[in-house]
Amino acid sequence: MALIEAEGLEKRYPGTDFAAVAGIGFRVERGEAFGFLGPNGAGKSSTMRMLACVSQPSGGSLRILGEDPVVHGRALRARLGVVPQDDALDLQLTVRENLIVYGLYFGLSLKRMRAKSAELLEFAQLADKAGERVEHLSGGMRRRLTIARSLVNDPEILLLDEPTTGLDPQARHILWDRLFRLKSAGVTLILTTHYMDEAEQLCDRLVIMDKGLIADEGTPRELIDRHVTREVLELRFPPGEQEQAAEKLGGDVEVLPDRLLCYADDGDEVLTRVTEVGLRPLTALVRRATLEDVFLRLTGRSLTD
Amino acid sequence: MIRALTYWLFRYRRTWQGTVVVSVANPLLFLLAIGAGLGSLVQGDVEGVPYLQFFAPGMLAAAAFQNAFIDAGFGVATARGRERVYQTAVATPLSPGEVMGGHLLFVALRVFVGALAFVVVMACFGLVSSVSVFVTVLLAATLTGIAPAALVAAWAVTVTDFPRLNTVFRFVVMPMYLFSGTFFSVEQLPAALQTIMYALPLWHGADLCRSLALGTATPGMTLLHVAYLGAMAVAGILIGRVTFRKVLYV
Repeated sequence: MALIEAEGLEKRYPGTDFAAVAGIGFRVERGEAFGFLGPNGAGKSSTMRMLACVSQPSGGSLRILGEDPVVHGRALRARLGVVPQDDALDLQLTVRENLIVYGLYFGLSLKRMRAKSAELLEFAQLADKAGERVEHLSGGMRRRLTIARSLVNDPEILLLDEPTTGLDPQARHILWDRLFRLKSAGVTLILTTHYMDEAEQLCDRLVIMDKGLIADEGTPRELIDRHVTREVLELRFPPGEQEQAAEKLGGDVEVLPDRLLCYADDGDEVLTRVTEVGLRPLTALVRRATLEDVFLRLTGRSLTD
Repeated sequence: MIRALTYWLFRYRRTWQGTVVVSVANPLLFLLAIGAGLGSLVQGDVEGVPYLQFFAPGMLAAAAFQNAFIDAGFGVATARGRERVYQTAVATPLSPGEVMGGHLLFVALRVFVGALAFVVVMACFGLVSSVSVFVTVLLAATLTGIAPAALVAAWAVTVTDFPRLNTVFRFVVMPMYLFSGTFFSVEQLPAALQTIMYALPLWHGADLCRSLALGTATPGMTLLHVAYLGAMAVAGILIGRVTFRKVLYV
């Protein structure tokens, strides 16, 4: 049985006539790391709120751990861990108190939470900050504390909404490492992101969302193989010359406002042709294709729009 | 509900000393400045007693009412808005109703502590004649605060525009605070205004506190006041259950 099954899932908010989630279907299996990739406004957060059992679907069906979240929300939430985008930690309480209070929400005893919080702080590499007020923590530490907090009830599924947005590269890597550990411990991870590298690093399988719909689904490798070539040659030209250059070069070329993307299995070969046809790009870069290219192919827009 | 209350108690642990100081200093200053100071200018008795004796229980009720508005209004709006306390809590097995209940219990506790400090100060001024007066006045003041708290919370949870709270405070709470028989007798108002004041909660709270403090309470009026304030609290809780759910389960 899949841990999560969604079919034709929709979310409309009162007072708006468009659907934030316009009918999506997906399955998440136990132990997977499953990602929702898409730009802001794609419907990722709305989907996550429905998965967290705090938002009622407006249409379609959703089953979490085999249950209907509308009927069994309370029991389901006891088995989920939630890492919201904005942390929502209590700045006035200490690091340890944040964990204890949250554990009490789940009905765990104070005694149990004292022991559990020590264990979680160890995992989050915050043991030396236990008595510190959250106010004084850096963004990366706060995010690790939020993850520690989401683990107080030993959740079967962990929902992470843009877990590394706003963090510096080092903090991101520490966080990814913690998430890998959770995954190896058997926790099912469901995350949203608009970072390609994050999706490629963390997700076994992902869906690409755009305008409330799923554009495609697969492993990062499958998606790249299906939609783009092995390599991409990026060319920059002076403003206004992009279109012309694209025409002259021909082949599989995407024109972006600031550069051309030439898809090819051998990028260097295309670069040779660029010089042969007499084009003089300002810069030229051959790189491996990424999920960003997939997204661009599927939606005609870049993710950071 | 108790689980949700624990959160507020954890926070209270950090701040209670400061709030108790304020709770004591506030009535002390008011009773000295207005009751004893300004009151010495008041010729003769008000409703048959010296001004300080008249004023203190009215002020007690007004303070409980105002504190309840601040805690339930600004406290709830902040917990839902900037601090996202509620959103964090409803991600756990807690329901919106329990989240509201926990916060209201905390507001009630704060109103009680504030009223307790006030009544102690009143006793120091020789304005509390017996233990039973002490207890009944304390309970009456607490009820005066609890009554509007739930209704205010039910509304405040829907408010994202913070200045709106200030507007209501200035144009709804303050007039009630001044004209509900707190600083002077309602009977001095024009008849039309009197009727309005009799319909508003703070007059019931002030009259309840005063009649109990002065020993002039009648069973009929006491029952009316308690029923009015109790009904207001129940209405607030029922409405709050709807608004909290609506806001937190979007």
